[in-house]
Amino acid sequence: MTRKAAIVGGNRIPFARSGSAYARASNQDMLTATLDGLVARFGLQGVQLGEVVAGAVLKHSRDFNLTRESVLGSQLAARTPAYDVQQACGTGLEAAVLVANKIALGQIESGIAGGVDTTSDAPLAVNDDLRRVLLQVASARTVQQRLKALAGLRPGQVVPDLPRNAEPRTGLSMGEHAAVTARQWEIGRAEQDELAVASHRNLAAAYDRGFFDDLVTPYLGLTRDENLRPDSNVEKLAALGPVFGGEDGTMTAGNSTPLSDGASAVLLASDEWAAARDLPVLAHLVDAQTAAVDHVHGGEGLLMAPVHATPVLLARNGLSLQDFDFYEIHEAFASTVLATLKAWEDPAFCKEKLGLDVPLGAVDRSKLNVNGSSLAAGHPFAATGGRIVAALAKQLHEAGPGKRGLISICAAGGQGVVAILES
Amino acid sequence: MTQPIPEDDLIVSDWYRDFTNSGVGATLTKRLGLPRPAVLRRHEPGAPLLPGPAVVGTAGEGRLRDPLTAVLKDAGVTLLSPVTADGGTDGERTAAVLLDATGLRTPADLAAAHDFLAPALRRLAPSGRVLVLAEPPSEAADPAQAAARQALEGLVRSTAKELRGGATANLLLVPDGAEGGLAGPVRFFLSGRSAYVDGQVVTLTAAGATDGQDDDRPLAGKVAVVTGAARGIGAAIARVLARDGAHVVVVDLPAAGQALAGVANEVGGTALQLDITAPDAPERLVGHLRERHGGVDVVVHNAGITRDKLLVNMDAARWNAVMAVNLQAQLDLTQALLDADGLLRPGGRVVCVSSQSGIAGNRGQTNYAASKAGVIGMVRAWAPALAERGATINAVAPGFIVTEMTARMPFGTREIGSRINSLQQGGLPVDVAETVAWLAQPESTGVNGQVVRVCGQSFLGA
Repeated sequence: MTRKAAIVGGNRIPFARSGSAYARASNQDMLTATLDGLVARFGLQGVQLGEVVAGAVLKHSRDFNLTRESVLGSQLAARTPAYDVQQACGTGLEAAVLVANKIALGQIESGIAGGVDTTSDAPLAVNDDLRRVLLQVASARTVQQRLKALAGLRPGQVVPDLPRNAEPRTGLSMGEHAAVTARQWEIGRAEQDELAVASHRNLAAAYDRGFFDDLVTPYLGLTRDENLRPDSNVEKLAALGPVFGGEDGTMTAGNSTPLSDGASAVLLASDEWAAARDLPVLAHLVDAQTAAVDHVHGGEGLLMAPVHATPVLLARNGLSLQDFDFYEIHEAFASTVLATLKAWEDPAFCKEKLGLDVPLGAVDRSKLNVNGSSLAAGHPFAATGGRIVAALAKQLHEAGPGKRGLISICAAGGQGVVAILES
Repeated sequence: MTQPIPEDDLIVSDWYRDFTNSGVGATLTKRLGLPRPAVLRRHEPGAPLLPGPAVVGTAGEGRLRDPLTAVLKDAGVTLLSPVTADGGTDGERTAAVLLDATGLRTPADLAAAHDFLAPALRRLAPSGRVLVLAEPPSEAADPAQAAARQALEGLVRSTAKELRGGATANLLLVPDGAEGGLAGPVRFFLSGRSAYVDGQVVTLTAAGATDGQDDDRPLAGKVAVVTGAARGIGAAIARVLARDGAHVVVVDLPAAGQALAGVANEVGGTALQLDITAPDAPERLVGHLRERHGGVDVVVHNAGITRDKLLVNMDAARWNAVMAVNLQAQLDLTQALLDADGLLRPGGRVVCVSSQSGIAGNRGQTNYAASKAGVIGMVRAWAPALAERGATINAVAPGFIVTEMTARMPFGTREIGSRINSLQQGGLPVDVAETVAWLAQPESTGVNGQVVRVCGQSFLGA
């Protein structure tokens, strides 16, 4: 690599619970508003950037050019190119990696990486049978052919295909997958609840100290993440019944992320581009790694791919797992974070699955998700990466030069993205 | 969905003013002797300073006639020769009447002021301007001269109340040595920028002449900060400063961020979400300005809140919240900007938003009025220190300004509030903004420690 891309800053809208404050906002509305907030923060009105890269996991077919359309609706110069990416919950971080790589290669000088998702305005697909009939009607050349095609209509075809939070190849929901992993790694209920409480408390404290003043722009009346419960405690969470893993399951609505709506964006640039505009450099994106597991046939946890990606990334950068000042492990479920930590500490797993003679070891929990994470903030799938990158970059900047942070994000399809930031 | 509501949509239209300016309404209100508020002449970039000619007269042997004439000629204003008392009413209407009264020695000399003004005012056009220039009574040679100079204040304030058709009258006091700073203030009082500034007295201080300015973009290249800029008067100030060429950093509470971003994007500025009462707010503002802009030229303390209650019913929370935002934050932020080495650039301008309530008092607003009166005290006390840096600090005190807040007032209260001033109508946020922007101009260097009311010569606390 020739140079490291700088993270200048970020913006996101507060994350809403599904069907709530943003129930009537589309992905494009939210992404456009988020871009405009970023433009306002950094004075980018009419500025042509190298590229804007973003995506959504749940996307209407009409939004095939979601990011480009959002750019056109924003205050950025209309000549700013854009493209969509999609890597499930890894989308936001992957977008940042893509922009950073082009900056590193000198192909662009600046760019925005982002992501957006709505579970409130999710696309409903037409029932496959109905879709085939309608396509036949559309391609019919004569009235007779058309009538014949229409004769294929049946009452049952009006039932739409609802998007499901399920793995296509296993039929299991993500929560059920996580529950299998939690049981496999013997992750207890109490420690999951404790992690959730810490997430809420850390996020609330970060809001209270003004940490998000230049990271979040209110939207549609929402000024903080709707899911945030500053007074969350273990006793309250202990009262909740399990939602995944059967009757004796440990995973509840309190220690799993809720369906949520929101968007995020991160401004990346070369150091020179930032300096020429008197913009800050919070941190640099040093390196990143993706990995995937075979959760279908391999008996591996659906959300455990970051466990595999991390040692590869560490080795390439000559770092140990303990060489970080902050860790951001996406809280898809509290149990996912805990299983990840446990796997890195497990000699047998590290040897057999990761091929390491010595386990990666323990992570200092006081450095983990210090400003809260998805359990408290919510998790609009593609928006999580941008939330984490911007907040970690700011945290590292506040801590001073030379500080290092590790990001780990698990994604549907048995994938994972990890990255290193350094101030 | 993402755009803020345009300011115009928030403003309740002045139905009564529109009615009196309609055909039937004009006849009816004239017959009934009802107030007939005019449509005020407001500033349009690129428009001439005055829509018609001006006339300059003197009372005594004044010293400003020549510099004044030069200012008017530079601005492309046509000058008419002074009309005499029997000059009749034919001929062209004048857009402005200026009187140089710096030559006053005794009250007897005031007769010349009357002799000049009476016929001249008959020929004053709608939204005309009367500007009297004199020397401060405090610097008079003897009591007779002080009396004559002070008499002008009564003359001008009464004239302002007699004028109709959106015309205004103001008094500019120019002490010896302050001539260099004449151009900016004279142009302001003649222009549409001062549409709602009426019956005011502004005293200039001795100041070096400036390099001049592009009157359409007087703030080109300047960096300005406006607090409370997400809506209302603050947003209007941001728009006018940007129109005049400044890069505007708009500041407001994080919770107001969506509207704030909208204003920033509209004016091509930057948004800074900041609670100005937070303990680290001064440090964060200073850090932001240094990192992003290397300094600041114009600081507008506009953020303000009301928490109305009669004093006997007011709890500590209401009192403290108003004081913290309206007064203490202005003190703390200004001090921090002055302490930050070189941050407030040479020629810096600090403009503080006070209020008519701070001058006249207002029932139910002891906390608000105290905070806004405090602002006036602060401005006057800081003026000499800022002058030493080649900077200025002034206050504007808005009267009844039509905003979202007044739109929510009961109909009767709003109607009365908007009519009890010489212009018989409420002001607009842009009127306050224009005065703020004028005080921010390079050529306002001679205006320091002043409180300029933007109230249409309100009857309250006049």
